[in-house]
Amino acid sequence: MMENILQTSPILQLQGVTKFFGGLCAVKSFDLKLNKGDLAGLIGPNGAGKTTAFNLITGLYQPTKGEIHFNGEQISGMDPHEITRMGIARTFQNIRLFPNLTVLDNVRIAYHAHIDYSMADSIFRSPRFSRGEKELTEKAQDFLSIFQLEGIQDELAKNLPYGEQRRVEIARALACDPKLLLLDEPAAGMNPREIINLMELIGFIRERFNLTILLIEHQMRVVMGICEHITVMDFGEVIARGNPNEIQNNPQVVEAYLGKGAANAA
Amino acid sequence: MEVGFLLGSLLKIALLLGYLYGLLRVMGHPKLWVKALGVLAAFAVIQVALTDFNGFKLLNAFDQGLLFQAATMTMVALGLNLIYGFNGQFSLGQWGFYGIGAYCAADITYRWVNGDARGFLVVGIGIILGGLAIWGIGAFLKRYRGIPVLSSFTFYILGVVAAGFLAVKLGALLNPLFAPLLGTPANPGPLASGLALQVVFFFAVIFAGAFTAEISFLFGLPVLSLGSDYFGIATLGFAIVINTLMVNSDTILPFPEMKGGRGMIGIPKLTTWFWAFFFLLVVIILMRNLIHSSTGRAIMSVREDETASRAMGINVAENKLLTFVVGCFFAGIGGAVYAHYIGFLSPGTFDFLVGFNPLIIVVFGGLGSMTGTIAASFGWVFFLEGLLRVLLSQMGTEAPTWRYVLYPITLLLLILIRPQGLLGNVEWGFLKSVKVASRQKEAGTPPTGDAPQSIQEGA
Amino acid sequence: MQFPLSSSKPGIPGAVKKRAPLAWVGQSFLIILAIIVVAILGTNLVKDPSLFAQYFISGLQLGFVYAMIALGYTMVYGIVKLINFAHGDVFMVGAFVSYYCVARFQLHMWPLNVFPSMSVGLATILGSVSVILISMIVCVVLAVTIEKVAYKPLRDAPRIAALITAIGVSFFLEYFGALSFVYTPRFIPYERPFPVTAWYIQDGIHKVVAGVTPPAGAITFSNIFLIIVVASIIVQIVLQYLVRRTKMGIAMRATSFDKAAARLMGINVDSVISFTFAIGAAFAGLGGVLYAIAYSSIWAQLGILPGLKAFIAAVLGGIGSIPGALVGALIMGQAEAMTMGFISTPMRDAVAFTILILVLLVRPTGIFGEPEQEKA
Repeated sequence: MMENILQTSPILQLQGVTKFFGGLCAVKSFDLKLNKGDLAGLIGPNGAGKTTAFNLITGLYQPTKGEIHFNGEQISGMDPHEITRMGIARTFQNIRLFPNLTVLDNVRIAYHAHIDYSMADSIFRSPRFSRGEKELTEKAQDFLSIFQLEGIQDELAKNLPYGEQRRVEIARALACDPKLLLLDEPAAGMNPREIINLMELIGFIRERFNLTILLIEHQMRVVMGICEHITVMDFGEVIARGNPNEIQNNPQVVEAYLGKGAANAA
Repeated sequence: MEVGFLLGSLLKIALLLGYLYGLLRVMGHPKLWVKALGVLAAFAVIQVALTDFNGFKLLNAFDQGLLFQAATMTMVALGLNLIYGFNGQFSLGQWGFYGIGAYCAADITYRWVNGDARGFLVVGIGIILGGLAIWGIGAFLKRYRGIPVLSSFTFYILGVVAAGFLAVKLGALLNPLFAPLLGTPANPGPLASGLALQVVFFFAVIFAGAFTAEISFLFGLPVLSLGSDYFGIATLGFAIVINTLMVNSDTILPFPEMKGGRGMIGIPKLTTWFWAFFFLLVVIILMRNLIHSSTGRAIMSVREDETASRAMGINVAENKLLTFVVGCFFAGIGGAVYAHYIGFLSPGTFDFLVGFNPLIIVVFGGLGSMTGTIAASFGWVFFLEGLLRVLLSQMGTEAPTWRYVLYPITLLLLILIRPQGLLGNVEWGFLKSVKVASRQKEAGTPPTGDAPQSIQEGA
Repeated sequence: MQFPLSSSKPGIPGAVKKRAPLAWVGQSFLIILAIIVVAILGTNLVKDPSLFAQYFISGLQLGFVYAMIALGYTMVYGIVKLINFAHGDVFMVGAFVSYYCVARFQLHMWPLNVFPSMSVGLATILGSVSVILISMIVCVVLAVTIEKVAYKPLRDAPRIAALITAIGVSFFLEYFGALSFVYTPRFIPYERPFPVTAWYIQDGIHKVVAGVTPPAGAITFSNIFLIIVVASIIVQIVLQYLVRRTKMGIAMRATSFDKAAARLMGINVDSVISFTFAIGAAFAGLGGVLYAIAYSSIWAQLGILPGLKAFIAAVLGGIGSIPGALVGALIMGQAEAMTMGFISTPMRDAVAFTILILVLLVRPTGIFGEPEQEKA
């Protein structure tokens, strides 16, 4: 513990986080530490508890045990919307856009927590409302143009092709003005070319918005290509940590992914 | 004769829809003076049509009744569309809140013209104190995290009951100050006639709306946390309980003037076309401004995906409650306007079976479409209440029953054939969302899917 | 940085039981409410035990009727997640069919007409049972038709769409029944297929003779009360057997668990759903006939409130659970009878809905319901 305090204080810290569903232990005594500016990966076979870990961080689940600190403040026990307002944004494994709203509105909704006009302003259409709305729309459009989505701002989200939906979702998460961005399988369902684009994009937004990023990914190319730290989970437990090189050569990881025989062979 | 009548009715509906279209178009005009003039003209057109020129009236008494009914129905249905169509909370209780608004406002003015200011005073003071109590308790509870709903409900209900008790005492205390100025129905005092009475009516409607809103807050707080189906059943239960209370308003509740199941008579008929038009516009403008704002987008996002809304920093519980309260506020206003048009309230009007009408209208007009709801309210009332009633009158006393046999068939066919409603999500004029100019032209690069490169250029 | 688990047993091992702040306020609210209820019931029990017992019996009778209706709600909700609003009206149709059989067509008399030598007792039983069976069959046909016409096309639509059509069907049945060539909008006295006999308990069981009021303090009960209780219990047992032991029951459980997987396992999901509706409707039809015999007055909107209360009972017991439906229904029956007896008759509906809201707040999945797992 002492060394941790001496080092730069982590932006996100999970200590002994455990989550039970009934008798099933989905995440077991999970520790994780992210420093500011990290780009970390969370990998593991299906059902290893990765998404549950995300849900715990973002407050959709409450940990059965353990604590989560963000920027030095305890966030376990908070409501999801409070956590988002503190600066954690996420995307979902199975894209969760607002299907019947336009792309622009999808991104604008993310600003709801940060608008500086009140409901009375909007009902009476005060100058503050017009100003705030204009500002917010411009910001949203900025994000859309970063993701090359400006041409489709009036399309309904449900009508977009898959790849664009993924981009809108990342744009929407960024519009929450996060310090920490959680990406749940951003490359799922993408072709190799799109994956390369995505990798560059992740690197770009990290620099541009000064983000800390934690991502779950099955595409080893993405994880090994851009992540600096990798945490491997299996059956709810951390089985390895390290940089991509170390992880690739860790027999336990190989075993988790390929089975016992494979590990021996390696 | 029947064919002529049919064509005449269809023409009337077409004219009305044209009227609504024109009204919404002109309200959406960018220039303020055009707006003001247009609204004034829209008001005047109907006003003239309702005026008696030596026995000739463009709209006869029957049509006039339908018009007012349509206006109030629009308010109730808009409220329901806000709750169900925009926020996705399936409520069957809208009719109960409509009834609360009607009875509340009726009681205020009824007492007022009968020389009793307590209705006005108690409700007025009550909603202010109740509002303060809710606000204060809300501020107090904000300091804690994760309070069980039941606990916060207990706090609120205690606060509101205390406020109500205080209001009754204060009302009784202040009543002697006003009573001498009110006179009797035969000989109205200075405060119970002319402009003063109109002002009181205005406040009665607003008070009724606010009262309904506070009741809906107390009810919605625990019930909105139940989830969609259970919420629907609980709101239905609410409507049934309210109806039971109306039937027993002179036995269980201490309101002998409401006369329980026999119906409340002698409500001053204060709703003129001016007031109906005014409150209709207020509701439309309020709702449109709410929808086309950040709060409105949050309301819709909750309908689309609650989990994603949470992850976007939206307080879903608060958002649902807000929507529910605003929607019920509209219902209360509608009820108050209705009561003072019809002059007679009976619990049968607020039977929960009749309460499915607004739901049918909302589904008919299209969920999440304000234009649809407005058009459907007018079309529905004129078509089914009017036309169908006349056609079915051939069947004698069976007519009302036949009406309710045909309603569900229409509803069923509609849901099966066109689930998105007649108009889908088309909006007219004023109700359209403000289009934001796209930036595609400025950027000059068509989307290629090759995102990073252009970002490098942009950065 | 490793924090070993203090206990690794499944369950909630080593979980710090976090108490929500100010939870005691809501709990004391509930406790005060409970104390008031117990006080009202307690004083009345002490004041007049036989009156209390009388209300208890009428509560039981209501409760067992509700149980028969609640089964249909709970099974349909368990499988297609739909509040089958029209179920209460199927119950009403059951009562109506029996009315037509008895009052218009004298169908309950057929055994005597065909076999004049038959003993009257046996003929009554045979006639009544056949009336009940006809009602049940009509209800089954009706429910399956409703399912095919109004719900099946909407199976992939948002759930609320099906709920709205359910309301539409319910409306249709109510008002169609109120047409005068079908029935009338008024109450009509119901002709019973067999006479109701009542007994009273005071120093042994005596038969109530017409024109002679039973002595004060006696507890009366009738043969229809006994029939309702027995029928309801038999229905419960039959359903338990059906769901636990038969192939169809396994298919039903599989379908309620995961429709897509059930389909892949070769289960004809559509026929399972139809079967569920049919079973529920048969029980509702039985309940409808017995209800009409017991209360001997029917009208077109007869089904609305019993239907709603039975649904509340199903929710109360934990929707999807068969024993839960029975327990919930018995609670609802008592609540209604006691409210009528000791608070005020018009408030019985208010009490029913208040109970629903309170139970859902305290235990969102009902008494026997299993906690749902959220998925993000």
